[in-house]
Amino acid sequence: MAESAQSAIGSDERIKEISPLRRALIRPELGGMVGTVAVFTFFLLFAFDSGMFTAQGAMNWSVVSAQFMIIAVGACLLMIAGEFDLSVGSMIGFAGMMIAIFSVTLSWPVWMAILVTFALCVSIGAVNGYIVVRTGLPSFIVTLAFLFILRGFTIYLPQTIERKTIIGGIRDVAEGDWLASVFGGKIGQGFFVWLGDNGLIETFERGTRAGQPVVDGIPMLLVWAAVIIIFGHVLLTKTKFGNWIFAAGGDAEAARNSGVPVNRVKILMFMFTAFCATVFATCQVMEFGSAGADRGLLKEFEAIIAVVIGGALLTGGYGSVLGAALGALIFGVVQQGLFFAGVESSLFRVFLGVILLGAVILNTYIRRIITGER
Amino acid sequence: MTEDTKFHHGDAQDQKPIIRMVDIQKHFGSVIALAGVSFDLKPGECHCLLGDNGAGKSTFIKTMSGVHKPTAGEIFFEDKPMHFEDPRDAISAGIATVHQHLAMIPLMSVSRNFFMGNEPTRKVAGINFFDKKLADEITMEEMRKMGINLRGPDQAVGTLSGGERQTVAIARAVHFGAKILILDEPTSALGVRQTSNVLATIDKVRSQGVGVVFISHNVRHALAVGDRFTVLNRGQTLGTAKRGEISPEELQDLMAGGQELAQLEGSLGGTV
Repeated sequence: MAESAQSAIGSDERIKEISPLRRALIRPELGGMVGTVAVFTFFLLFAFDSGMFTAQGAMNWSVVSAQFMIIAVGACLLMIAGEFDLSVGSMIGFAGMMIAIFSVTLSWPVWMAILVTFALCVSIGAVNGYIVVRTGLPSFIVTLAFLFILRGFTIYLPQTIERKTIIGGIRDVAEGDWLASVFGGKIGQGFFVWLGDNGLIETFERGTRAGQPVVDGIPMLLVWAAVIIIFGHVLLTKTKFGNWIFAAGGDAEAARNSGVPVNRVKILMFMFTAFCATVFATCQVMEFGSAGADRGLLKEFEAIIAVVIGGALLTGGYGSVLGAALGALIFGVVQQGLFFAGVESSLFRVFLGVILLGAVILNTYIRRIITGER
Repeated sequence: MTEDTKFHHGDAQDQKPIIRMVDIQKHFGSVIALAGVSFDLKPGECHCLLGDNGAGKSTFIKTMSGVHKPTAGEIFFEDKPMHFEDPRDAISAGIATVHQHLAMIPLMSVSRNFFMGNEPTRKVAGINFFDKKLADEITMEEMRKMGINLRGPDQAVGTLSGGERQTVAIARAVHFGAKILILDEPTSALGVRQTSNVLATIDKVRSQGVGVVFISHNVRHALAVGDRFTVLNRGQTLGTAKRGEISPEELQDLMAGGQELAQLEGSLGGTV
């Protein structure tokens, strides 16, 4: 008996050697990486002359992608922790409307309106999480309820207060506000002027802005996206808490047996998702100068699609923030690229569906190799 | 069966017990689950707790691991009377339980599983980061000690066999300072090869001075690795036998309800 035990130890002849290249490729982000390369190749071939790859064009799809990235990172961490948040889209509309009501209707300083909105929305995220962990109901149902509740308030409040569903005039009240510029401002203007002066990017040839570069700075939205991606990636892969996120989503009961505070992890991830939605909303409100009751519609599904393209498992416990960011990039590039290529916009959905299916099939295959699922 | 194993069996019989449980009773309402069970465990021995379904094995080990409080009876841990309020107390005292349903997450890597809930951290610029390098090194080292060669610390637990998962769980408990390891039917769902792996692991753990409580209803598995055998039946101890004093057939009969009790009395040293 002991001898058979000894021979079972040692190197297992049934484990095949894996080549370093294959090992480098086998990672959760692979589907997202392949998709990104495919999408860029496609548009470089078919839409190179359309202006999509000029400074202005690149800024256009970067901004759209960054929007997707901000909400995808939140959805990604929450999905890895084993839960969904379907109220993200409604939360975006709600947060924007709250900022508008606080700052325009109630004439609060904009920084205060933003801070109070963040506190309110993150608390709603905590309530979502608390209900899910206390009742044990699927987060799908709980957050679906909040999808309707928040959207309802987003339409009801401005109609009751202002008799309309869009509140404008935020740009005027936000003028010079320190916190508003953190969300709506731009950085690196000097660098872009320098680029324009040296002929590295185009400058306006006539009009009031003649001589100025076509892209005058990096919007704070892009900075927020970068910060949130780096934060999410480091949190997930480099910290103790990241291990708890994986554990909470992989098997909540096993994680609890090992002393992981599963409920706290899940509630915090709901709060982080709400935080990301509020960042999205604040940037959008500062950019447009108004808040509309229909803002953020269907964003929850777009976030989830980006996360799934990025290699996360819908049932939790597996995924990658970088993958989700790539998924969001694919999403943004396809949406704007088809516009540049002059393709009928309804084909966007066809294209997206094909990419979603392809990436998910590839991801499932990779995940089986990594985790030994059958 | 008893002769052909190469496991070195407890030389530590003279040592003081780590835990001594005297005349433990546990009543659930009108049901008497344990009607006076005595049990002790010495460092570096494997004490098998045998019994058929419903004999009270689970209730007894739950009492030992702090899940249940005994209705009557006393527990001495390292010669001091001990009252576990909850499983946390027992764990911090050094009593680790490896359940049939393991606390392992198949999607996660072995090293992440190994340190789940006890992650080592390293401060960089005032922020605590998960020290993955240290975790990987310790995991590879501990697994090598147990005789499992991992492809790498990033290998997912889902790619391991059932026996290897048991071994990871056992190695984890020992690494985090368990003095007593309770294994609840670790071999019941395993094949022959995997079972022998787990039994070899128990032997390695025992040689590090950890006391092992091995719960089973498989006499063959128990005899292969056990130093002492206690049989429970209907909430009572039928007796404790030392290795070599009892044959598989006798143990089997005891578990089945002690029909041949009188015949066995001699071989059990009058403890019935």
